[in-house]
Amino acid sequence: MDSLRRSIGRVLALATITMACSAANWLPLESDGVHDPTAPGVKHLQQPAEALKVLPPDTTGNHVRWVEALEKGAINPRDRLFSKAPTQIREDDILLNLNGGMPIVRFPHRAHTLWLDCGNCHDHLFKAKAGANKFSMFAILQGEQCGVCHGAVSFPLTECSRCHSVARSGPSRVPAASPGGGAAPATR
Amino acid sequence: MSRRRATRLGVLGPAALLFAAASLDFVPHAAAEYADVVLNKRAEREGVRPVVFPHWFHRIRFRCKVCHSELGFKMRVGSNDVLMSDIIDGRFCGACHNNQIAWGPERCDLCHTGKPGLPSGIYGGHETGGPGRW
Ligand code: HEC
Ligand code: HEC
Ligand code: HEC
Ligand code: HEC
Ligand code: HEC
Ligand code: HEC
Repeated sequence: MDSLRRSIGRVLALATITMACSAANWLPLESDGVHDPTAPGVKHLQQPAEALKVLPPDTTGNHVRWVEALEKGAINPRDRLFSKAPTQIREDDILLNLNGGMPIVRFPHRAHTLWLDCGNCHDHLFKAKAGANKFSMFAILQGEQCGVCHGAVSFPLTECSRCHSVARSGPSRVPAASPGGGAAPATR
Repeated sequence: MSRRRATRLGVLGPAALLFAAASLDFVPHAAAEYADVVLNKRAEREGVRPVVFPHWFHRIRFRCKVCHSELGFKMRVGSNDVLMSDIIDGRFCGACHNNQIAWGPERCDLCHTGKPGLPSGIYGGHETGGPGRW
């Protein structure tokens, strides 16, 4: 538990630093610390601000609400190069952790399958059976489970309430309402 | 962990958090755009600048699964052994950077833009202790 607290502390601390440093949302490539300003190619690259400021805004990560951008058609990323396999979208939400202290985690399949293949998660990260996986926030903060993507490429782990999004309704610990979108959620 | 503890965490002042971060030696190495990847397993050793791969730029154009399923990029920084010969043969970046889907492998300068000395990794802050940390 101590180490979990420390990990969460680190994430929050990092968020504070990043917030403090990012008065402007997107740094120019020349001063972002990874590009070499003297490299001849840098001036030919697109600046993040130019591409991202026109997309639905967010307060963290790339400062873009990527799911909204895609659902609203602000972007239309290709879903395959050569493969003929049609995109498989799954609509159900799954509620995780019905007994903990934090608000319940709602995992939306739709938002994920818009971007990802089933095989990106099943079964090497998660068994495809509600309740069959043992999740832990500690593992997530270590970059496993949900943390493979969240905290690296997808919205960062500082956004607790985007995952822990379903309030517990009183002592019965039954979700307050069926979360919107898709079929009735599977519970465990 | 109880909700009470989580709440207490939440009210720690920013100063305390900054101090905690400093004392944990956990400061972001660079302020890069979120999810930028530096690939430098061989590049610098072979005399060219490290490669910077911008996720934000590519995900506007391609869904994750194009690279991480169809093209077989493993989702773990440093776990793909990318050689220039592969790229020229149409694998990895070369599946697109082939003068058809995108400009070709002869544009060395556009990929090899990294600061000398940067280790492979995922940059841009909020990182976890996870896969990208080595
Ligand atoms: C699925 C296809 C695809 C793959 C795989 C891919 N790219 Fe790209 N990349 C593109 C496209 C399309 C563009 C935009 C080309 C244009 O503007 O004409 C691009 C542009 C870029 C740019 C320029 C961005 C800018 O600011 O203009 C860089 C740098 C880049 N890619 C690096 C890489 C590296 C490094 C890899 C491999 C690790 C890679 N790409 C793999 C499709 C791909
Ligand atoms: C990417 C999604 C995601 C984010 C972001 C996230 N969590 Fe979690 N969290 C989970 C999952 C999944 C579990 C495990 C649920 C279970 O036990 O089945 C969990 C479990 C927990 C637990 C232990 C279980 C409990 O309810 O007591 C705590 C405490 C917790 N999270 C705190 C946080 C805090 C604090 C943050 C923000 C710093 C956060 N989480 C951000 C997904 C997330
Ligand atoms: C981002 C990761 C991810 C992707 C992509 C994904 N899933 Fe899942 N899937 C999960 C998680 C997490 C669970 C919940 C497992 C649990 O409750 O322990 C789950 C559960 C399931 C279940 C069990 C549902 C139930 O009610 O028992 C099925 C079936 C399933 N997924 C099928 C799919 C299919 C088909 C696809 C592709 C169209 C897909 N999943 C894509 C993460 C993913
Ligand atoms: C394989 C990568 C991957 C894994 C693993 C993953 N996610 Fe995600 N998740 C994404 C992507 C991509 C998005 C799109 C938004 C973004 O990139 O910020 C997303 C978005 C979300 C959203 C927001 C949906 C919306 O409508 O904005 C939630 C909530 C979420 N994930 C929860 C989880 C939880 C909980 C887990 C673990 C059970 C998990 N994710 C595991 C890649 C992943
Ligand atoms: C589409 C992006 C891209 C372009 C264009 C590109 N490279 Fe690379 N290059 C990479 C990536 C990715 C690696 C792997 C970096 C690593 O892990 O060290 C790499 C690695 C290398 C390496 C070290 C590994 C090896 O195979 O020897 C050399 C040397 C190199 N590139 C030279 C060049 C030269 C010279 C050009 C122009 C003719 C060029 N590159 C163009 C992306 C690119
Ligand atoms: C154009 C190709 C491309 C696209 C599209 C793409 N990625 Fe990546 N991804 C890469 C490359 C290249 C790496 C670095 C691999 C390496 O270093 O060996 C990477 C690395 C990763 C990692 C590893 C990070 C770590 O900490 O180790 C994750 C997670 C990831 N990508 C998730 C995603 C998600 C989620 C999406 C969609 C929102 C996505 N990627 C879209 C090419 C892509």
